[in-house]
Amino acid sequence: MTTPPRILYCHCNYAQVVPKEVKEAVLKKLCESGVAFEAVADLCEMSARRDPALQRLAEGGTVKIAACFPRAVKWLFAAAQAPLPADGAEVINMRVQTAEEVSAALFSEELKPNLPKGKAAPADAPSVQPETAAAT
Amino acid sequence: MSLQDQTTLRIVLYEGDGSQPLEAPGRFAAMTALLEKGFAVTRAAAAGAPARADRSSLLVLGQFIGGKPPQAEDAAGEVSIRFQDITGFDAARIAESVESARALTSAVKQGDWKPWFPVIDYDRCTNCMQCLSFCLFGVYGVDDGQKIQVQNNDNCKTNCPACSRVCPEAAIMFPKYKAGPINGDVVSDSDLNREKMKVDISALLGGDVYSMLRERSEKAQSRFSKERDADKALKERQKCLVKLAQAGDIPAEVLMSLPSPDEIMRRAEEAKAKGQAALAMQKQTS
Repeated sequence: MTTPPRILYCHCNYAQVVPKEVKEAVLKKLCESGVAFEAVADLCEMSARRDPALQRLAEGGTVKIAACFPRAVKWLFAAAQAPLPADGAEVINMRVQTAEEVSAALFSEELKPNLPKGKAAPADAPSVQPETAAAT
Repeated sequence: MSLQDQTTLRIVLYEGDGSQPLEAPGRFAAMTALLEKGFAVTRAAAAGAPARADRSSLLVLGQFIGGKPPQAEDAAGEVSIRFQDITGFDAARIAESVESARALTSAVKQGDWKPWFPVIDYDRCTNCMQCLSFCLFGVYGVDDGQKIQVQNNDNCKTNCPACSRVCPEAAIMFPKYKAGPINGDVVSDSDLNREKMKVDISALLGGDVYSMLRERSEKAQSRFSKERDADKALKERQKCLVKLAQAGDIPAEVLMSLPSPDEIMRRAEEAKAKGQAALAMQKQTS
C-alpha cells in the first residue's frame, strides 16, 4: 500500500496576494475532511527562519502544497536548505486557481509533480553562513 | 538574535484517543484564528505523518476527556511538550490561551517582521553579481564558493523589489509581489526582454545615478547654510530619487528612509566593490 501524499497548506498570512475567499474555502475543506495536514501561517516566513519543519516536510515522501507559484515554493524550500523532491512535490497555486480546483487537486490520490525542472540539489544552493545572518 | 536562531511554537490539534474531536466549523475557526496569529498547526489524524517539531516547543491542544491530556514526552528530550485542554473554548479563547502558552516559552512572537525578502531562482541565476552590486542594504553576499546568496533577508526593505528589476535573468523573486515574474510566475521571453531593459537603472536616468548624487552632494556642500536646511535637503532627495523610484518600482518610503547622498554613495561603492571582488574571485577559481 502506498502512503498518500502529505498535505501542506500555506495561509500566506502577511500579504493579501492569495484571495481570501480561496484560502478560506480550501482551509474549510481541509477541516471538514478526515485527513491529517500541516497548516502554516506563512511559508515565506518559515523559509526566512530556515525552519527545520520545512526539511521534514521536504524529506518525508511525497507532498502536495497549497500555496503560490511552484517556482517560488521550490526556491523558498531550497533557501531553507530543504529542497523539495523534484518528482515528489506538487504545488497547487491558490493565487491563480479556484478553491474547487485547489481542493480537488489536494484530495486527489494522484500526485502531479510540477516543480520547474532544474538544479534543485542542495549542492546547487549556496552554503549556509550563519555567522553572516542578520541580527534582528 | 538572527531570524534563524529564533524558535517557534508549533501547535498540534489532537483529536485522537482520549479526546473529543472538534466539530468541523469549530476546527476551521480555531485553525483560522491560530494561523492568523502566525502559528503553524498540525492537524493530527489517523492517516498521514506530520512534520517533526525540531527546535520548536510543542503545544498539544485537545478536548481531553475528563480534562486529562494523554501522557507524552519527547524520547530524545529535545522538544518541550505541553498540553492544553480546550474543552468549551471558542476560537478566540483558543488563540488567546496559545498566545499565553507561547509567552511562557522562548518561542518568538510571530508577525513582528513581514517576510519580504528576495528568493533566488538558481536555475536562472548566472552569478553575475548585479544584485550584490546594486543593493544598498547588504541583503546579498557570497558563500565560500563565491556563489551569490541572500544573507541578510531581514535587511530587505518591505515592498521594494528593485534588485529583481536589475537582474538580467529575472532570477530574483519576491513571492509576495503583486505581479509576475517577480512573484514567481513563469518567466516568458517578453518578461525577460522587459527585465533586460531595466538592467541599468542609471542608464535609464540618463547617466550614473551615483555620480548625479555625488554632484548634488558637492553642490550642496558649497551652498550657504540657509540653503541646506532639512526641508531643502529632503526636497533635493525627493527630486533626485523620484526617477529611480519610477524605474525600479521602489516604494517612496523606502527611498525616503535612505540616508544622505554621501551615505548612499558610500554604500553603493561598498556594494559595487563587493560584487567586483566576488567576480574576481570567481575568475581566479575557474
